[in-house]
Amino acid sequence: MKPAVLTGEYFMTGDVACAEGALAAGCRFFGGYPITPATEIAERMAIRLSHVDGCFIQMEDEIGAMASVLGASWGGMKSMTATSGPGFSLMMENIGLGICTETPCVVVNVQRGGPSTGLPTHGAQGDMMQARWGSHGHYEIIALAPSSPQEIFYLTITAFNLSEKYRLPVLIMTDEIIGHMSEKVIIPEAKSIKTVSRPKPKGRKDRFKPFAPGPNGVAPMPAAGEGYNLHITGLTHDEKGYPVMTVEAQTEMMARITEKIQRNLDDIIRTDSYLLEDAEIAVVSYGISARTSIAAVAEARKLGIKAGLLRLVTIWPFPEDQIRKLADRVKGFVTVEINLGQIHREVERCAGGKVPIFLVGHPGGTIIHPDSVVKMLMEAF
Amino acid sequence: MEEIPTPSKEQPHHPLDDLIRTDRIPHIWCPGCGIGTVFSACLAALKASGINLQKTVMVSGIGCSGRAAGYVKLDSFHTTHGRAIPFATGLKLANPELNIVVFSGDGDLFAIGGNHFIHAARRNMDITVICVNNLNYGMTGGQVAATTPYLAKSTTTPAGNPETPFNLPLMAYACGATYVARWTMLHIRDLTDSITEALCKKGFSFIEALSPCPVNYGRRNKQKPLDMLKLYQEKAIIKNDADPATLDIDFEKGIILGKFIDLDRPTFIENYDKIYRPSRLQENVPELNS
Ligand SMILES: Cc1ncc(C[n+]2csc(CCOP(=O)(O)OP(=O)(O)O)c2C)c(N)n1
Ligand code: SF4
Ligand SMILES: [Mg+2]
Repeated sequence: MKPAVLTGEYFMTGDVACAEGALAAGCRFFGGYPITPATEIAERMAIRLSHVDGCFIQMEDEIGAMASVLGASWGGMKSMTATSGPGFSLMMENIGLGICTETPCVVVNVQRGGPSTGLPTHGAQGDMMQARWGSHGHYEIIALAPSSPQEIFYLTITAFNLSEKYRLPVLIMTDEIIGHMSEKVIIPEAKSIKTVSRPKPKGRKDRFKPFAPGPNGVAPMPAAGEGYNLHITGLTHDEKGYPVMTVEAQTEMMARITEKIQRNLDDIIRTDSYLLEDAEIAVVSYGISARTSIAAVAEARKLGIKAGLLRLVTIWPFPEDQIRKLADRVKGFVTVEINLGQIHREVERCAGGKVPIFLVGHPGGTIIHPDSVVKMLMEAF
Repeated sequence: MEEIPTPSKEQPHHPLDDLIRTDRIPHIWCPGCGIGTVFSACLAALKASGINLQKTVMVSGIGCSGRAAGYVKLDSFHTTHGRAIPFATGLKLANPELNIVVFSGDGDLFAIGGNHFIHAARRNMDITVICVNNLNYGMTGGQVAATTPYLAKSTTTPAGNPETPFNLPLMAYACGATYVARWTMLHIRDLTDSITEALCKKGFSFIEALSPCPVNYGRRNKQKPLDMLKLYQEKAIIKNDADPATLDIDFEKGIILGKFIDLDRPTFIENYDKIYRPSRLQENVPELNS
């Protein structure tokens, strides 16, 4: 028997650190389906949830896994699943249900090479746009990208906290390399970990409206069985949760689920930087590729190139302001990612044609070598 | 739309009004549709069962039958097409105190959601599943379903269904359900009693309720709204404990109704507690080896 927070210093893989972060955040339900390179998260949760009176279930597929995660959340537990590309595709419809019904939960995608079965045991960052738009309809989502096992531990806690605060599925977009690499992970004392839980409604139960936004745009959330006679549907619904098939109701609901994110960007968006203050060229990267980029920036500096790194920790909502401000002062951008230009397009959009922007991309299967970034920094500017 | 006034508490319009979201009436079901009758039987059973209704949840998928969750005055979840059972699984595991009724259609539970049905039955997840079997996809306009009889017409089998339908009670039994019954919406007493029994029983319970869809199935199969009800009356053979393998629906020879299976085996949660949850049963759990 082990406590929920395994305070101590470890040599841990990213997948295991992710599971430990989830437990520290208060996650007590995991519904999953095995898939490389995310399986180790499920395996760790299978044993660790039993230590903390939680529940693990291996579902029959990822569609069921995602549905069970939403059900568990309405049952009152912080819940999560973890998968990789093919499973992420199968989860999309129910991620949309989570968005529409404002259901807190965390979905981890340990990315591998795609499309299709792709490269099961090799890393990639090719699902970044799927994370943004993979479920049908227009919506806002939160996605975070950790760069190390230590960071995935903390970001998993952050993911739960954001999901509880804003009532939506939060995605952790990591990759096979982070998931499978072992590094030092320090797990702090339980009392130093800040966790957030969905606000509970107060006042008369019969007057409660599960979708009437509170001060930060988010409604408090009861669980099933608490006497609220909730009705929760994926149909367009009013504040009471009742289906209403009108343009007005659609407009109102869409405003609710998008504005709660758009109005709280400062709280949600996290970025990090390295030698960016005086940089003339901004390298923009995230996840494992940000580590490539740090090495490349350090090397470029030695060569007299004034490069700096903007590391995106929050990918969605996209840190638009941060890019726009940089576009006003740098000579250009280089995006580094293991795909053929997904976040690159976002950087390009936000830079608004003010300065040139180049991609150091890779179709997937390996990390990007720092040399290819240095080469780009030398040749492009 | 004209507002229907909510009846006052003192003079309920209908004995089941307190279980209905009267502010959502009129419902969407067509005249002659059987879903409302199955729904009423379910509500009557909820009352008769004596279970704590504050701890009772209805989960539906998508379809005409799936709209039930929108009318019941309980915590109710209208999920995605086919996914009511895995959603209910998560709810139940997060809070085992909840009584969970899945109320949905044949297409929802057995075509798109078939995989979840068989696994929930195998696990003996402690939920009650009620399937309104109207032999087709009503909501989308009458397409063929996994329950449509051989040669029956539908919009996607315009010259007749070339496929063989499922025998639902057999499937439930084969997958491990601990309670299996079939009635038609005409056998309202038996149906209500079966649902009541299922609600009070632990384990995976399955009730198939045959129900007419005059608008989309009847119309294409030369059945007037009352014809299906006549068939239910004339062709019903009540045979409790019948061998599930003999339960194929045959409107010529007869439709066997009754309670077929009623047995006990440990539920998923009972087994999970035994093996994994020390705090609930004070037993050893596997150690972490890393
Ligand atoms: C993923 C998905 N595919 C298709 C549909 C369209 N759809 C809505 S209801 C339905 C069939 C419902 O049939 P059934 O479950 O038998 O319910 P009934 O309307 O007959 O009561 C379909 C195919 C959908 N909503 N979602
Ligand atoms: S289409 Fe058929 S199943 Fe749907 S409400 Fe009408 S009669 Fe009932
Ligand atoms: Mg049907």
